[in-house]
Amino acid sequence: MKRRGVQLIGPINLDLEADGLTIVLGPNGSGKTSLLRLMHGLERPATGTVNWAMPDSNARMHQAYVFQTPTMMRRSVTDCIAYALTVMGAKRADARRGAQDYAKRVGLGHVLDRPAGVLSGGEKQKLALARALIRQPQILFLDEPCANLDGRATREIETILSEVRAQGTRIVMATHDLGQARRLADDVLFMLSGVVHEQSAAGQFFATPQTATAKAFLGGQIVE
Amino acid sequence: MNDLSQGLAEAIYRVATLDPELVNITLRSLQVTVTAVVIASAIALPLGAWLAVTRFWARRYVIAVLNALMGLPPVVVGLIVYVMLSRSGPFGVLGLLFTPTAMIIAQVIIVTPLIASIAHQALRDLWSEYHDLLISLNTTKRQRIATLLWDGRRALLTACLAGFGRAIGEVGAIMIVGGNIDNATRVLTTAIALETGKGNFSLALGLGFVLITLAIILNLAIHSLSRTERSNLW
Repeated sequence: MKRRGVQLIGPINLDLEADGLTIVLGPNGSGKTSLLRLMHGLERPATGTVNWAMPDSNARMHQAYVFQTPTMMRRSVTDCIAYALTVMGAKRADARRGAQDYAKRVGLGHVLDRPAGVLSGGEKQKLALARALIRQPQILFLDEPCANLDGRATREIETILSEVRAQGTRIVMATHDLGQARRLADDVLFMLSGVVHEQSAAGQFFATPQTATAKAFLGGQIVE
Repeated sequence: MNDLSQGLAEAIYRVATLDPELVNITLRSLQVTVTAVVIASAIALPLGAWLAVTRFWARRYVIAVLNALMGLPPVVVGLIVYVMLSRSGPFGVLGLLFTPTAMIIAQVIIVTPLIASIAHQALRDLWSEYHDLLISLNTTKRQRIATLLWDGRRALLTACLAGFGRAIGEVGAIMIVGGNIDNATRVLTTAIALETGKGNFSLALGLGFVLITLAIILNLAIHSLSRTERSNLW
């Protein structure tokens, strides 16, 4: 992937299993966000393709993305979540009903009519998660959803993600929080300098990392 | 100073007694201006939103031209509309010259670029905020435009009010295409010009105070109805 002629990430050759939770690990600037955006189609590869086991034109219809800084529309919490359904053709009343169910599911039942912009950081992330989940995506991308959240909010979001994974949603999540990666990951993509430095099952990655850099990263050393 | 105080007294007296001529002129001013702003907004707001979400090679030039047209000289617009609507012009057969419709046409031409340009500025910022989310949600261009127009409605209200402010204070173009005919096309601004020309400064000032008060009341009413300054709003 290039921007203004500068290569940001790649070359990357990657296959993902059909289910599970993949954690994209790596230091800041290693290309985690770019990789997720590329997979979701928010960026175009300079060469090569991103293929999913579904028709290409429909791929994004079956995916959802939670951004690191969630976009809060100038609407109420209910309407913000319902928007994800109305743009798919759902009737407004049905979408609002569904939105309220999902809001309650993520713990936003007490702020349904509040403007989204005045929510706390954790509540905004939950709203973004509800907006993504209401589309019942087959693949869910999350870009550091718990960055800047306290322990309680992080645990609540991790609980929701575990439930979603148990229901069969494929999750790809970027984080640089090693503790979170250990708690959630089925497999790990370790990114460094724009390339996938190591890809392995979570147990294997954390127990016996294959590369010295990954070993140093897990050991808490600064890697660049 | 004497003229000012006399003008204020004249304005108060005419408003208090609901002077039929003043009511007639004021209502016509409102009818022409509100109609023009509604039509201009219907054109300019979607245009501003479309320019915010669409990328094409001439986009920068279109925006530059739109910005330049904000300063369109009303007298020139009036002259062009006059030529188009005059008997020998291409639309002369419609018989619109010296009617409120001609005044509305001229005001729409003057106000549309102003509203579109302000709307584009506001919606461009909103689009940069919403871009990733709306692309991720697989929205169509029509949905993106509708979303920006709805979520940016408070900023767009300001654009419409700016258009209203320009239109209600406009005199050059509507004087030319309306002709300032008593009981037909005379509005507040053309009446002020007429009374000033006649040396009737107190009446002209009185009409001026009515015009300013009208603009302030309408702005306050719209802001109040749309609750733009209410706390805790997004």
